[in-house]
Amino acid sequence: MSGGVDSSTAAAILAHSGETVVGLTLHLWDQTRLAGKHGIPDAPKAGRCCSIDDVYDARRVAEDLGIPYYVVNQEERFERDVVRPFVDEYLAGRTPIPCSLCNNHIKFDQLLKTARSIGAEYIATGHYAVNEFDEKRGRWILKRPADLAKDQTYFLFGLTQEQLSRTLFPLGHMTKPEVREAARQHGLRLAEKPDSQEICFIPGGDYKQFLTAYLEEQGEQMPGTAGELVASDGEVIGRHEGISNFTVGQRKGLGVASPSPLYVLQIDPASHRVTVGADAELATRTLRARRLNWISVAELTAPMRVRVKIRHRHEPAWARLEPAGADECVATFDEPQRAVTPGQSAVFYDGDEVVGGGWIV
Amino acid sequence: MRRVYCDANATTPLLPEVMEVIRPYLMEDFGNASSIHLQGQRARKAVDGARETLATFFHCREAEVVFNSGGTEGDNTAIFGLVRAGDHLITTAIEHSAVLRAAERVAERGAEVTFVAPRANGLIDAETIRRAVRPQTRLGDSRRTLVSVMLANNETGVIEPVEEIGKVAAEAGAFFHIDAVQGAGKVAFDVRRFGCHLCSISAHKMHGLKGVGAMFVRRGTPLEPLIVGGSHERRQRAGTENVPGIVGLGKAVELAMESLADGTVERIAALRDRLEAGILRIAGTGVNGAGAPRVANTTNIRFEQVEGEALVIALDLKGVAVSGGSACHSGSTEPSHVLMAMGLDKHAARASLRFSLLRTATEEDVDQVLRVVPQAVEHLRALAPEVAGTLG
Repeated sequence: MSGGVDSSTAAAILAHSGETVVGLTLHLWDQTRLAGKHGIPDAPKAGRCCSIDDVYDARRVAEDLGIPYYVVNQEERFERDVVRPFVDEYLAGRTPIPCSLCNNHIKFDQLLKTARSIGAEYIATGHYAVNEFDEKRGRWILKRPADLAKDQTYFLFGLTQEQLSRTLFPLGHMTKPEVREAARQHGLRLAEKPDSQEICFIPGGDYKQFLTAYLEEQGEQMPGTAGELVASDGEVIGRHEGISNFTVGQRKGLGVASPSPLYVLQIDPASHRVTVGADAELATRTLRARRLNWISVAELTAPMRVRVKIRHRHEPAWARLEPAGADECVATFDEPQRAVTPGQSAVFYDGDEVVGGGWIV
Repeated sequence: MRRVYCDANATTPLLPEVMEVIRPYLMEDFGNASSIHLQGQRARKAVDGARETLATFFHCREAEVVFNSGGTEGDNTAIFGLVRAGDHLITTAIEHSAVLRAAERVAERGAEVTFVAPRANGLIDAETIRRAVRPQTRLGDSRRTLVSVMLANNETGVIEPVEEIGKVAAEAGAFFHIDAVQGAGKVAFDVRRFGCHLCSISAHKMHGLKGVGAMFVRRGTPLEPLIVGGSHERRQRAGTENVPGIVGLGKAVELAMESLADGTVERIAALRDRLEAGILRIAGTGVNGAGAPRVANTTNIRFEQVEGEALVIALDLKGVAVSGGSACHSGSTEPSHVLMAMGLDKHAARASLRFSLLRTATEEDVDQVLRVVPQAVEHLRALAPEVAGTLG
């Protein structure tokens, strides 16, 4: 329970349906740790996970529902499995998604272990997703939810069959307005609480401030990754301060004047070279993904028609997916896609079903 | 579900006798002890009666008893009230946060602060206190030294050698404060013998109300009040007296003294020993603070290959209330500073649970705990053998 509307309503729905429910909040990050450093806001506002206010809100919901409630500390694992890789990915010129790492390593791994060790059969979360067992295939299937605008399956592609079999998504068949209405009907005092949007451990949302402050706290130097800014024809048009300042598709903050808008096309972590070019040059026809997880199929053995989602707010695009060696696959889009970004995940859909996914390289 | 409460060091329920003496002061005898009229006089009489009991308990004069809001206020008052910029505070690494945070604050304000480490069994060696004393702060120097050590540790129950430490403090010309929140009512008590200038206790740890406590302030101690206002408590602590709380504290202290004389403490020690022996039959367990003198009701046990936090929750859901350290730290991110100071690593500290029995604990309570704990530990170990020890 994060103290938000979704997990609170999920808890309320289960508690009112007569299930035995125990509320758990993960304490993942100390919001005061880097506060005030390098421009990070001093007093985190509500709506970021692990703030004292959010834990208070979650506890008040549990009290109202009359369920036992505990705060579980996973700060060390969160730092090791989510924050540190997040930092390392940026330093390596990629654009990470901490939410998927958190789901894979913390929520559906450690939290599930904690749940089982205290005697719970399932964990329930407020994610917008549907999971069902398919008798014919003998597999747990992850499906897009009723509210496609809130679809969180993109962040859940790493779930194993075991994890899916022990997870409940009570909000999967509801729309966000229906969830708020249910929250009101259950008398939840936070029914009108705004949704949180940004990365939970980066209050203010500026990842560059975070990288600087975190590395300084760790006693590490920001590695020198300054280098050349080059046009797509190879001409050097300027210099930049470091590759972690860039993400593929970025337009602002390039520091060069140009008659037409320039975008980051490619970041080369080896040469520190950042290639920029026109919007049209951002489009690519193929992507390669590694560290794969398959859900609706046991393994990708033959080419398959799928739709591929390459970032959170991306409309899945038709592609032909084929295996490309051990733990690797290639998707070839029907229409070239804009800003395929290393470090993000590619999630493959067959209709509403999540076929699987992996990390873009 | 029958619940067994094994977290007496966090707090205790009112005993019926305490409730009885408090009751009239909540309603009909509601007066302000500072008022001139009859209602005020009734309240004053009740407070004075409690003060007499506390004086008997501390072994001090009635004028040396100051009522306050509890242990944290007492600890804060001792440190903020005596330690000025340039003074030296000597305390230990295993104190309650009420002492540690106050120590950090006076350090920020220019005092010198020394945190003395315990031995592996949790005992503070008086010699380490002696070595911490600065020569220039010996008797006659305008710089003050305050030594602040707890009587019994809240997490391990280890009883510190306050009498020896008191002698060291006296030889050094230092002031001596004892945080007796956990020791009071559990061990024989005499501030003269302890040789302290200040001693803080709390009512709710011995079946009194939350939000009330008392402090022994030796006559002549230049203690600056923490809270100023009216002339209550001989100007040592402003604020309308918490009459029901103070009356209840008097009764609670009286009952605690009885329990030390009538064999209750020995009975609790026997229950604790049986509980401890029963849990130690589980493989991969050990007692933190073993070999040191400990208060009768407390045992702190580490469970190898178990996540303490999960075990606390699992036991709670099975009706056994215990704590993974201090309740004042629940939800905090760091493993117990007490166990870490005793040399445990993070895993062992996180895998340690405190069982602290109420004075009213029974054989049935211990039986039930011994039925539930081994099962829960086995379940946890079977599910996630890889959980412990996976983090550096």
